[in-house]
Amino acid sequence: MSYRIYIAIFLFSSYLSFTLWVYTYGTSGDPEKLIMSKEAYQGKLLYQQMNCASCHQIFGLGGYLGPELTSIMSDKGKNLNYVASFLKYGSKQMPAFDLDSLQVKELVAYLSYVDAASGEGVQVEGLN
Amino acid sequence: MDKPHQIQSHSMVRLPVFFISLALVFLFFGLFFGLIGSFQYVFPVWLRDSLPFSRIRPLHVSLVISWIFTASTGGLYFYIQDYLKRPLYSERLGWMHFILLSIVSLLTILTYASGKFGGREYLEFPALLGVPLILYWLLFMINFFKTVNVKLKAAPIYIWMWSTGLVFFLITFLESQLWLLSFFGENLIRDTTVQWKALGSMVGSWNMLVYGTAFYVMEKISGNSKVTNSNQTFFFYFLGLTNLMFNWGHHTYIVPASPWIKHIAYIISMTELLILFNIIREWKISLDTAKKNFHLIPYRFLIAADLWIFVNLILAIAMSVPAINRYTHGTHITVAHAMGTTIGINTMILFSSLCYLCDRFSLIKFNRFRRHFHIGFWISNISLLVFWISLLISGFFKSVMKDTKSHQELMSYISPYFKVISIAGIIMFIGFSVLIYAILHITLRIIVEKKNGI
Repeated sequence: MSYRIYIAIFLFSSYLSFTLWVYTYGTSGDPEKLIMSKEAYQGKLLYQQMNCASCHQIFGLGGYLGPELTSIMSDKGKNLNYVASFLKYGSKQMPAFDLDSLQVKELVAYLSYVDAASGEGVQVEGLN
Repeated sequence: MDKPHQIQSHSMVRLPVFFISLALVFLFFGLFFGLIGSFQYVFPVWLRDSLPFSRIRPLHVSLVISWIFTASTGGLYFYIQDYLKRPLYSERLGWMHFILLSIVSLLTILTYASGKFGGREYLEFPALLGVPLILYWLLFMINFFKTVNVKLKAAPIYIWMWSTGLVFFLITFLESQLWLLSFFGENLIRDTTVQWKALGSMVGSWNMLVYGTAFYVMEKISGNSKVTNSNQTFFFYFLGLTNLMFNWGHHTYIVPASPWIKHIAYIISMTELLILFNIIREWKISLDTAKKNFHLIPYRFLIAADLWIFVNLILAIAMSVPAINRYTHGTHITVAHAMGTTIGINTMILFSSLCYLCDRFSLIKFNRFRRHFHIGFWISNISLLVFWISLLISGFFKSVMKDTKSHQELMSYISPYFKVISIAGIIMFIGFSVLIYAILHITLRIIVEKKNGI
């Protein structure tokens, strides 16, 4: 067999091992503490269904038209009511998505989870 | 060296021509929606409620990514037959691939237009549409590997690259859907890390398809196979493969993923584009003027890709430094990098491939559009440069001010650059439309003539 095949096999084996390692030990902090509450998980699904990532980023994933949301809940001058108000009524750039109160609550729970998780999961336990 | 007027058999040309035509339609509409999206930065209220950015962006992103994959696929279906001097394993499988791709694309556009999303970055379509997508990719893989059927150790670099691109797209696409399992989906850090892993490597997979195409065209233009079989080229390939597998971690500097992922990524991230740049540079030097002029237009697009590799290399190296990445992440500097690579590198290589193919399919028709190719080439590249620089400047201001100004203040401050971006976008759209028109005209004439038995 050509040495090129050996290199390819070596690299592919390394890739598979690395992948398994990332899946199991790729996160900092205690993975158990990073499990979402049911409400936050519903908020995450809603975030995806509304395609919020087209305008907003979370951990660098998403567009740039709107503000980054990773730590929006703890940013200076912003709080739960501020975020809920935007979600419900929109803004100059953001359309009003006609969300009901439960949906707003779920999205706020998700964004609170994200904010806490950005601190390596240490505060997430309290959310659950 | 191949004679450009070499007549190709009907069955050899038919399938690639359909893929190329579809790819150009994707590019046209992808650019169009990109343009509309850029207008929404300048006129925020415009189309806000009727066609919001949440619909425009996925239309733009999906269509442009589809352009890259479909144009590569069209070229690949021709090049493997050309290389092996035999037909595809199954033309019928190729047509099934084409029909499924067309259906999935149409359904994707309809779901976006109606506001139904899966909402994952870059793959915003509902997860269910992933099933037919996997199916047509499998058909493509079966057809490719059954057709090629040569020993890898004797195969040139482009066969290795195409094989890698095909396999890794399937792996990374499946990986990108792991969020559907609660083990990944309910742990955001794990989900985000795996999503970056999948997307980072997926970009590597399409780069393999595109760079493989570049090597094939280079070999054909230069008339010797030295560059596609040399140890240096294979060194580059394995380095590229290592990048594809491990380099994605530089996206996770801001994610609380494990530090070792970031350390590995940083070590690896400095190399791939530099090597490709060197290879193309050496190839260019080795080429004599006669060969350049014989294939002047494909050659020009490859040289443009070479220059875009150079400028994006500098940007990529800078962005991979964690201290700089902390400021540039989440700014339009990242967009400049994405545009520079997908338009400057991938699209220029693909236009080189398409021009080479048109040249091969019909020299007479190709010559009729030489003026269009020259005009389109210069307009698209100059406007892309202005577009790219404006993105960098707006990103620079955002990166230095994002900790002190609110989002609204920032957007207001950099809005003049968004205007320049939009104007450059209009000109770029015109430039690429000229190229699209010329190639579509040639391919559609070929389809009509073949259908009428001319």
